[in-house]
Formats: sequence, structure tokens, C-alpha cells
Amino acid sequence: MRWVRDPLLVVEGLTMRFGGLTAVRDLSFSVGRGDITALIGPNGAGKTTVFNCITGFYKPTSGLMALSTGGPVRLDEVAALASTGHRYKCVDDQIGADGVFLLERMPDFEIARRARVARTFQNIRLFSGMTVLENLIVAQHTPLMRASGWTIKGLFGAPQYRQAEAAAMKRARYWLEHIELTHRADDAAGSLPYGDQRRLEIARAMCTDPVLLCLDEPAAGLNPRESLELNTLLRTIRDHHATSILLIEHDMSVVMEISDHVVVLEYGLRISDGTPESVRNDPKVIAAYLGVDDDEVAQVEAEVGL
Amino acid sequence: MDTTDGGTPVSDGALPSPRFPIEDALRSAGLWALVTLGLCFPIVAFETLQDFSNRLTIEARPLLVLFAVAAVFAGRLGWLAVRYHGLPQLLPATRFELTPERKKQLPRIGLAALLIFPFFALLLTGQGGAVKWIDNFGVQILIYVMLAWGLNIVVGLAGLLDLGYVAFYAVGAYAYALIATYVIPATVPGLGPWAFWICLPIAGILAAFWGILLGFPVLRLRGDYLAIVTLAFGEIIRLVLINWVEVTNGNAGIRTPYITFFGLPFSSRTGETTFGDVFALPGSPAVHRSMFLYYTILALALLVAVATQRLRRLPIGRAWEAMREDEIACRSLGINTVNTKLTAFAIGAMFGGLAGAFFGARQGFVNPRSFEFMESATILAIVVLGGMGSLVGVAIAAVAVIGGIELLRELSFLKQIFGPEFDPGQYRMLIFGLAMVLMMIWRPRGLVGARQPTIALDGNAKAISASHVKEGHG
Ligand SMILES: Nc1ncnc2c1ncn2[C@@H]1O[C@H](COP(=O)(O)OP(=O)(O)O)[C@@H](O)[C@H]1O
Ligand SMILES: [Mg+2]
Repeated sequence: MRWVRDPLLVVEGLTMRFGGLTAVRDLSFSVGRGDITALIGPNGAGKTTVFNCITGFYKPTSGLMALSTGGPVRLDEVAALASTGHRYKCVDDQIGADGVFLLERMPDFEIARRARVARTFQNIRLFSGMTVLENLIVAQHTPLMRASGWTIKGLFGAPQYRQAEAAAMKRARYWLEHIELTHRADDAAGSLPYGDQRRLEIARAMCTDPVLLCLDEPAAGLNPRESLELNTLLRTIRDHHATSILLIEHDMSVVMEISDHVVVLEYGLRISDGTPESVRNDPKVIAAYLGVDDDEVAQVEAEVGL
Repeated sequence: MDTTDGGTPVSDGALPSPRFPIEDALRSAGLWALVTLGLCFPIVAFETLQDFSNRLTIEARPLLVLFAVAAVFAGRLGWLAVRYHGLPQLLPATRFELTPERKKQLPRIGLAALLIFPFFALLLTGQGGAVKWIDNFGVQILIYVMLAWGLNIVVGLAGLLDLGYVAFYAVGAYAYALIATYVIPATVPGLGPWAFWICLPIAGILAAFWGILLGFPVLRLRGDYLAIVTLAFGEIIRLVLINWVEVTNGNAGIRTPYITFFGLPFSSRTGETTFGDVFALPGSPAVHRSMFLYYTILALALLVAVATQRLRRLPIGRAWEAMREDEIACRSLGINTVNTKLTAFAIGAMFGGLAGAFFGARQGFVNPRSFEFMESATILAIVVLGGMGSLVGVAIAAVAVIGGIELLRELSFLKQIFGPEFDPGQYRMLIFGLAMVLMMIWRPRGLVGARQPTIALDGNAKAISASHVKEGHG
């Protein structure tokens, strides 16, 4: 129960309305540090909307989203910060320093570079006219920009920038090996097969050195072999990197196999939250997924052999 | 019957005979010519004319018929030959292959050609003709190369459609005109001869400032809206220049001091020592000046090219291109797209401003007529024709478009054919439009549509096909 003991992200009372439609309603959950957390639910449940709120692409109607990179999120600390009107509090002013971040107050690119939340998209968004390698280098924009002295030093070929670029290349190589795309590094990202594009998008997000990686349906459209490669990649990330994963997934076998914590949404409401076992056996979840009334659940369970 | 194991595919008529079947071709062409002759008889062969007493007379036109028949005969023969051999075999020049090594040499050869061009022109056309070739062609084309390379940063790299680029050109030209004509003589007249070199950086900075100023309101706009607002911005600047008569002298324009050789005038009415005197050079001051102008604009244009190449390899340049590809993905990677767009506008505008200052110093006169929308459209057309993002393609397109327009002015011999009313310059828009349409059919992504990667794993990057590269939301 790391999400209780050592939460990395705490979402409290998140509500998102689009005109008359309430896509997410008073949602609260936590993401444990080092966990793979799965956010599941039927189509239109509001999962992508939650992602867009966490990563700053939508401003939530109301609610609080606090992320702490130093230690666990402490609610008293968050409340104190919220009352000051600041967006975040860091140990020092450097971009990427540890601290507490109020995500609902920060613009999207600040969430990515200061709070270090990276994401992928339900519809792949690669820089398709740039090479695979360039995609991974662009992801390291923040440290490279600093090393290039906001372009001025870089323009004159400062050694500091050349070192930073070599370091960026090293990281890119590392991820190229992990997604097994080294041989295609100099090809256009748009020319890759679908499954490779999915993995490249994840590698690109990882190149930003995130503390939280949000993956929106990474297995959608993958064949069984590609699905397996994806699982391996996600486990590598969890085991060898200080990156926690928040995952939207439809494939229940993937969810049950790799996640430590599952949150279930339906019509923007949280209907279940817990370990994979507890969620699997939750009658509400079964009803939501199989589309039956609560009192028929026992019967359905028996039928599907649970 | 089993025909699959033979290894050599055999099918009727598909095997080309080793020699061009000349008899067949002649027969076919003869037939076509005969049909043409038949058609010509009722349509072309006779003409009705009114004679002096208003009577209708019939006049035979045997020469015209002969010409039509011969043209059809030759055309048919040529067409058959092309279809049989393929064009490359018939034209040895097109068999030249652009290998990667040759491609690497291309910029160097181009640069060498640019450096010797003025002397070449001088050698070929002598003192009198050279000024026209160096100034009307060389300098004029290089100004547009520089402008198009500057706009290329905004449109080609960052993917922001800017229809008002000429505004920054105007800002640069008027910055030079106002400072060199009024400010410097009124404050430090001693600096007068240096006016151009002092104004050049000021014009660049001012234009960059206006670029940022334009950038702010259009940050949230995309596509059509962005294009319209930038177009309006260009027109606003021009209208201000026309109507703010106290400062800009309106449509009458401002007479500006000519460019000097780092303080040394090229010609002098008051008997000062001139550039020619000091270096004891032969030739007229006009040639000296046009040569100096040529090398100055060449240096300025190369500055833009070098800066663009360097910027592309820096985080800012990669962010521009990434923004053209996908702005949302950029933001998810922590790139501040507001600043990224503003720097693209500012740097693009700065180069436009530098070109403007040069224009002011070259003309010796600026007025708002030089900064009409047509200029923006021409510069944008050059960028699009050249292939957005490609320096070489854009330079070639500038030579074709501006050189073509200048050449049309030269075709005065056409007046002897079509009468004195005929002005070939009037047809430039028509030809320009036709060329654009043909280009878009033949090469929808411009002359050089492929994109050169900015970094590669094994040091030898291959170009990326245009089909993957996006055009931005402009
Ligand atoms: N930008 C938006 N504007 C209006 N409605 C939206 C927007 N984004 C999502 N929605 C609506 O919110 C609901 C939840 O959508 P979404 O979060 O994409 O669901 P999921 O990812 O769980 O399938 C849907 O009804 C969708 O139509
Ligand atoms: Mg979704």
C-alpha cells in the first residue's frame, strides 16, 4: 500500500466540466512512489481527461493535485503552500529541483520540466518528420537549453554545450537500445511501424527524466508480441529507474499482470480503488465492465469462472 | 504448359527491339501530318480580309499550313523517340547523377561562383554592362535570398505562416533612412560616413523588437487566422509609413545617404577622396559601388545561412522544428512554446530588418511603395517554391523567381514582334502564377522537399522524405 504510505501524487476532489457535461466528478486517488498505477474504466469514463488535468493540458474546474518529488506528499505542507498563492516550493530555484508542486496551478510545460511529469498520448504524437534520434534529443531540451547558454554560448560552440550534447546522445543511445530501435535511429519517426512508434513515444517521455510517467493506452492496437515487449519495457522502467508509472489500459490481462494499484472510473466517478485482486473481485467493477446490475453479479461471476 | 521455370519472362511485344523502328515512326508521323493538312484546309489555309473598298477577299496562307504540318510531323516523331528511349537517353545532360559526394561539393561550388560572379560580369560585359548585371541581377537576387532565408526560419522551420514579413524589411529600411538622414547629422555629424554600419545593427534590433511585438498577439492563432493577422500587420506598418507624414514624409519618401566603403565614399561631388582614388582602382565609381554592394549583401545573406545552420543544431532550432511537427508534444516535453515562437519571429524579423537597412543604403531612397503586400507574397512564394526549410532550394527559387522577373524586363526585342505596346514585364504575374501551379503539380513540397536531420548516430545523416515532414499549422 505504497500509495498510502509514500504517495508521489495526491489528487483530491478533482472535477472537470465541459459545459454541461461533467467528465470527472470529485475524484480522489493517490499514486505511490515506485508503483505502476493503472487507471481503468469503460470508454468515455474520463480517464484521458484526468491525464490532461494532471499534465496541465486542461485546467480542472476544481480540485487539488499535489506532487512531491523529495518525500511523500504531506497534506499539511500542501495546505500551507496552497495558502501562499505560490505554484510550487523547491529546495532551490533550479529547474528540475525537488519540491512540492501544485499541478492545477502550473502550465503544461512547467509541469513537464519542473514537476517532471511526462506523458504519452492516446493518439501517438511523435515528431514524425524528425529522426528517431532527434525525437529523443528534443526531449532533453531543458538541460540542453541551459547548457547552450540560452542559445548564445551554443552559437559559438562552447565546450560546455558540446559536453551536454554528448551526454544527451548517451541517454538517447541507452533508450534506443532498450526499445530496440538503434538500427533505425536515423530514420524518420513517421516511417516506423505502429508498435515501434508507441515504444519510441515512451522512450522520448523517459528522456525527460520524469518522476511520473503517464501512459495513455500504450497497448492499444498492439499485436501480442508487441504487447509483450511493452510489458518488458514498463517493468524495466519501474525496476531500474526512479520513475513511477500511471497507466490507462483496456487490456485487463496487462493491467492485472503488471500493476501494483488499480483505480477504476465510470462516468467520471471512482468506483473502486485498491490492489489488482481486490479490484478484480469488486462487484461494482464487474458490473461496470460486463454491463449488468449489481444483484446479477454473483451469477455472472459464476459464469465467467471467478 | 509450364512457363514459370524458364527464368526469362517472355511475353508478346514486350521485348524492345534493339533499334529505334524509324520506318514505323516516319509512317506514323506522316499520317499525323496528313491529317493535320486535311484539318488545316478548312480551318487555317484561308483567311477572309476586307480590302480598301470594304469588299471581302480570300487570302491563302500556304506558309502557315506548311508550318503547322511540319510542327505536327516533328512533334510526333520526337514524341515517339522520347517514348521509345526515354528522355534521359536523348538528353545527355540529364544523365548527370547527384551522388552524395557531389552533393557535399554543391554549396562550395555555389559559393565560389557567387564570389567570382562580379568579375565575371565585368569581364564579359565591360564597365557599362557590368553595373546592370551586378546590381540588377546579383544584388537584387541576393536581397531576396536573404529575405527568403530569414522568412524560412519562421515559415520553414517553426511552421508559422507569416504573410506580413515585408513589415520587418520596411522597419529596417526606415530605421536606416531616419537615423542616417536625420538622427546622425543632428547629433554626431562626424559619424555620417559610417551611417550604414551604425544603422545595420540598430535596424536588426528594431526589427526583432517588432517581431516580438507581432508575436504576442498571434501566439494563440493558427493557420488561416495567423496568416490574416500577419498580413494585416504588414499593411498597418505600410499605412503608418504613408500617413505619418511628419516623420516618414509619406508617399514622397526619404532620400538617404548612399553606402560608403567603411567611411570612404564611392563618388563625390565636392571633391573628397573616393574609394577609387585611395586604392587607385580602374573603372567608374558606379562599378565600385555595385561591387561593394554585391559583396556586402552576399556577406549578410551568408550570415543568415550560417546562423540558420547553427541554430538548427541547437536546442532552439530543434524546438522550432519540433513545434512545426507537433506543438502539443513539445509542451508535454517541457518546451516553452511561447518563447520558442517569439524567438522564431524575432530572429526571422531581425534578418528582414538587416536586409531592409541594406536596401535603404543601396537605393539611396525609401518610400512605402517598396513594401507592399506583393513583396511579402513574393518572398513567401520563394520559400514555398524552394522547399520549406531548405537553404539551397530557397536560394535556387530566389534566383529563378527574381532572376526571371528581371529577365522579363530584358526581353524588349519582343516589342518588335508584338508591337510597341507590348511590355513583357506585365506578364510576370501570369508567368509567375503558371510556374507556381506547375511546381505544385510537379513538386508539391518545393524544389528540395527532403529534410536534412540535425544529428545522426553514425555521423552520416540521410535526408528525410518530405512525406513525413509536416508543414506546421500555417
Ligand atoms: N475537450 C473536451 N471538450 C468536451 N468534452 C470532452 C473533452 N474532452 C473529453 N470530453 C468528454 O469527456 C468524457 C470523457 O472523455 P475521455 O476522458 O476522453 O474518456 P476516456 O479516456 O476514459 O475514454 C467524454 O464524454 C468526452 O466526450
Ligand atoms: Mg481516452
